[in-house]
Parts: sequence; C-alpha cells; structure tokens
Amino acid sequence: MASASAFFAGQVRWHAAEVAFWLATLLPFVAAPSYLSLASQIAITALFALSLDLILGYGGLVSLGHAAYFGVGAYTAGLLSKHWLGEPLTGLAISALVAGVVGYLSSHVIVRFRHLALIMLTLGFGLLLFEAANSTSAITGGADGLQGVEISPLLGFKFDLYGRTAYAYSLAVLFLCFLACRRVIHSPLGLALRGIRENAQRMPAIGASSRAHLRKAYTIAAVMAGIAGALLTQTTSTVSLETLSFGRSADVLVILILGGAGRLYGGILGAILYMVARDQFSGVNPQYWYFWIGLLLVAVVMFLPNGVLGGASALYKKRQ
Amino acid sequence: MLGSIVGVLFDGLAYGMLLFLLSVGLSVTLGMMNFVNLAHCSFAMVGGYAAVWLTGRAGWPFLAALPAAFIAGAGVSLVLERMLYRRLYRASDLDQCLFTIGIAFMSVAAAAYFFGTVQQSIDTPRWLEGTVAAFGMRFSAYRLFLIVASLAVAALLVWALERTRFGARVRAAVDNQRMARGLGIDVDRAFMITFALGGGLAGLGGALAVAMIGLDPGFAFTYLVYVLIVVAVGGLGSIGGSLAAAALLGISDMAGKYYFPWLGAFLIYLVMVGLLMWRPAGLFGKR
Repeated sequence: MASASAFFAGQVRWHAAEVAFWLATLLPFVAAPSYLSLASQIAITALFALSLDLILGYGGLVSLGHAAYFGVGAYTAGLLSKHWLGEPLTGLAISALVAGVVGYLSSHVIVRFRHLALIMLTLGFGLLLFEAANSTSAITGGADGLQGVEISPLLGFKFDLYGRTAYAYSLAVLFLCFLACRRVIHSPLGLALRGIRENAQRMPAIGASSRAHLRKAYTIAAVMAGIAGALLTQTTSTVSLETLSFGRSADVLVILILGGAGRLYGGILGAILYMVARDQFSGVNPQYWYFWIGLLLVAVVMFLPNGVLGGASALYKKRQ
Repeated sequence: MLGSIVGVLFDGLAYGMLLFLLSVGLSVTLGMMNFVNLAHCSFAMVGGYAAVWLTGRAGWPFLAALPAAFIAGAGVSLVLERMLYRRLYRASDLDQCLFTIGIAFMSVAAAAYFFGTVQQSIDTPRWLEGTVAAFGMRFSAYRLFLIVASLAVAALLVWALERTRFGARVRAAVDNQRMARGLGIDVDRAFMITFALGGGLAGLGGALAVAMIGLDPGFAFTYLVYVLIVVAVGGLGSIGGSLAAAALLGISDMAGKYYFPWLGAFLIYLVMVGLLMWRPAGLFGKR
C-alpha cells in the first residue's frame, strides 16, 4: 500500500518547468498590457480545451459537441446576470452547477456508445441545444445573442476596458481548475480513465467499471466547460449563439489536438498558439482562415500525431 | 388539408431522395472500412460546382453536366483515397474525424476562393421547369425528375450489389472484412472502387441539389449533418436502410418546416438522438 501512495506522490510532484510556465502567465500584466483582453480569451479557451482533454485525452471519448456545456454555462451566467443578480462569483458557481447537471444527465447516455454512434450522439446533442437556443429567442435572444447582460464588479474590481480584471479573473479560475484537473488525473480515477482509453474491455474485467468512471469524468468536464462559458459571458458581457455552435466544438478539438491531447498542458499550449495566430491573421477573411486550419489538422494527424507537446517530448527523449 | 399533406409528402420525398444520393456512398464505405469520412459532402460540392461551371460557363446542357458531375466527384474521391485516406484505415476514430474535418474545412475555403460565397444557380432545361398536373394537383417537374432518377439509381445499386460478382465481394467485405480477405477477396481494391462510386453518387447528388436546395461553400457542413443522420439511422452498408432513412428524414424535415416552422431543425435532431439511443446500429443495421 505504501508503494501505491509513493507512486501517486511521485506523480503529483511539480516540475520546475511547470512552475516557470505558471509564473510566465503573469507576464502579460507588465509586458503586454494592451493584449490583456486577448490573454483573457486565451485563458478561457485553455480552460475549455482542458475540460475536453479530460474526456478525450484521458478517457478516449471523442466528442463533436463539447460546446453544448460551454454554451449552457454561458447562457446560464448571462440569464442570471440579466434577470437576477450580476455578482460574478455566485453566477460562476451556479453556471458550473447547471452545466454539471446537464453533463451528468447526458453522461448516462453518452458513455454507453462508441465509434460512429458516439460521434453522432455528441454532435446531435450539441446541435439540439443550438437549435433549442435558436428557436426560444424570447428567452435567449436567438441569433442576435442575449442582450442586456450586466456584470457587477468582482470583489470591488470593475471589469475595465483593458481587460485587467478580466484576465486576472480568468487566469485565477483557470489555475484553480487546472489544479483540480491535475489532482483528478493523478488520482486512481485518472489512472482508471487512462486504462479505459487503452482498453475499454479489459478495465471491467479487472474490476473497474468503465462506465461509472467515464460518467464521473464526463460530469467534471462538463462542469469545467460550463465555468469556461460563464467566464466568457462575464468578461465580455454578451452571450452569442456561437457559444453553442458546431464551430466552437470543432475549434476546441483542433486546439487540443494541436497542443497534444492527454498531456494536461496540451490544451493550454494549443489555446495560446491558436488564439495568437488567429489574432495575428485577423485581417484574413475567416473563410480562408479555415483553409489553414484544415491544412494544419491534416498535417498534425499525418506527421505529429501527439500534437506539439508530444512532438517536443519525443524530440527531447531522442536527445537524451 | 389533404392537398397540403400530399404536397408535403411529395416535397419531402424529393428532398429525401436527394439525401439518399448524397449519403449512400458514405453508408457503404463506412460499413466496409469503418472509416469515418466527414468530408463526404465535399465530394458532393465538387459535383455541384462542376455542374454549375459546365452549364454556366462552358455552355453544356444540363443532362450532360450530370454524368460529368458524377465523374468529377468520383475522380476527386479516387485521388484523395489513393493519396491520403488509405494511410488512415487503421487510425483511431479521432484521427479519422480530425483528418476528414480538415479536408472539409479546406474544401469550404477553396470553394469560397474559386466561386465566391454567393448562392449558385443552375439552368435546367425547359421541360424540367414548371409543373405537371396529376390527380387534380400540380407537382414540380424537377422534383418528379429527382425522385424518378434517384429511384432508378437505387434500383441499379441494389441490382449491382445483389446480382454481380463485384457486389458479392462488397457485401462480403461489409459483413466481415477479415473473412473476406481470408477468402482471397481484394478488399482494398473493392473499397477503392466503392469509395469512388460513393464519391461519384455524392457528386451527382450535389449537381441535382443546386436547383432544389442551392449551393454555397457552406454545403460541405450544412448537409453533412443530414447525411450522417441518414447513415447512422439507416444502418451501415445497407442501401435499403439508407433509402428508407433518407425518405423518412426528408419527409419529417419538410413536415417540420411546414407545420412547425418555429422549431427549425430541432425536431430532426431530437428524432435522431432518440433513434440512436434506441438502436445505436441504426434502424436497419445489423451491427
């Protein structure tokens, strides 16, 4: 038993590079104050990608509709602040709860399926919520998005135009969620998830019910995606229908794969690369932007199957 | 009331037959290799743009552009299969999904680059415009043509699958790929031909779609969802299943748009999710 706890203790030790990375996330406050809004968007996207990593990178569940939970969080936060209270932390907690409940309920269906049926169900579920939000325009504002979202100051700090509060808020939430995620994947649950990813039939045979584990992971991922959506609502004071769209589900998949799935930092690195590139090429017509995304996807699948982080670690190991 | 029901049934059937043409190739190739090709509607787009270009710029007659669209779709899918897809047959679901989404993204951008983002239109011959009177009602001649043509294609496909040697090979490969290989069937070659045929049928569907539902660069994704629904509900590798699922989807979509316009596509997705939960292998699927 002692060796098992020693194993987990060894897993959770912080690497110097990790500490350096998290310190570096504070740099935008001094080095690039005019890019804080972008930095906040990156932190939110990174959190969203991290949540997908939990089910896709660790659990092996392919989802083409992960934006469903992001959108649920975004709309919950928006509707709360519009009709009831604009206090961001309470709003965040309630949005996380709502997304978690939706995630828990849908997880019962989703973990039963694999391959095409799984892809179709996640896609269908995402589209279902998108159409539901689109057709109930009296509540959600439909295609125009939700208007009149007003967020009160966060612990006395107003959400300013430069995005200082927004970035500090998003970064803090991202870091806390990251800690939670790190804890989860280094726990027995995380090990079980990796086992399921490698061989879904064998895990139940050695006494670990794969569906129960996947349901837990799926619910946690939905909570985190909901938090990311709520953060987006609160830092931008708008909710658009796009938060539920297939495009957002596809984007986050691209981001995670680009960074490297199943590596915890993959989603964060992917979000930085993707969002900075999109900001730099924002002059390019969005139609053509997707050409390069497509090319990138094809190239990553063919030449860099484990993403940038996977490629880098393979290179590092070769050197040694 | 009765007239509106017949009208909805007719329009829905025409729409469903279009969806059948677009999806039947994907159904068979998915059943054979388990290859999730999310770029299937891009082949339809190739056919559609080929037909628009040939009739508009090159001045070909509509009926001559249809086989050309078939050849364009088949050619593009053949080249892609030989060059890229075949490397990924043993890859994971995720890799196949990502790879083919990448191809679809590129096709959307390429279509926007070459043809612009506007809705395309196509000149149909005089005898396909207007309506045909029957049973005291008027039916669109083009839609009638669409239904007849698709049913003819379906009959041809069923005949080819059930009665020819090649069809027997394809059925064997769909049922049990390993066993088929063991019996000396060249599954890769059968797959290549089926893939090209499927791409060609999608191209034909794309060309026929222009006059009914229009064509713009978003086509590759807008109709992908419908095609996937047909495949998933109809069951992999089953032509009859695809035909039934396509007709069901087309009619229920039309009925939904006609009687409950505020619901949009909600009803369709609800039906799909429900059906998949009930029978994950599709209504007519064996596995």
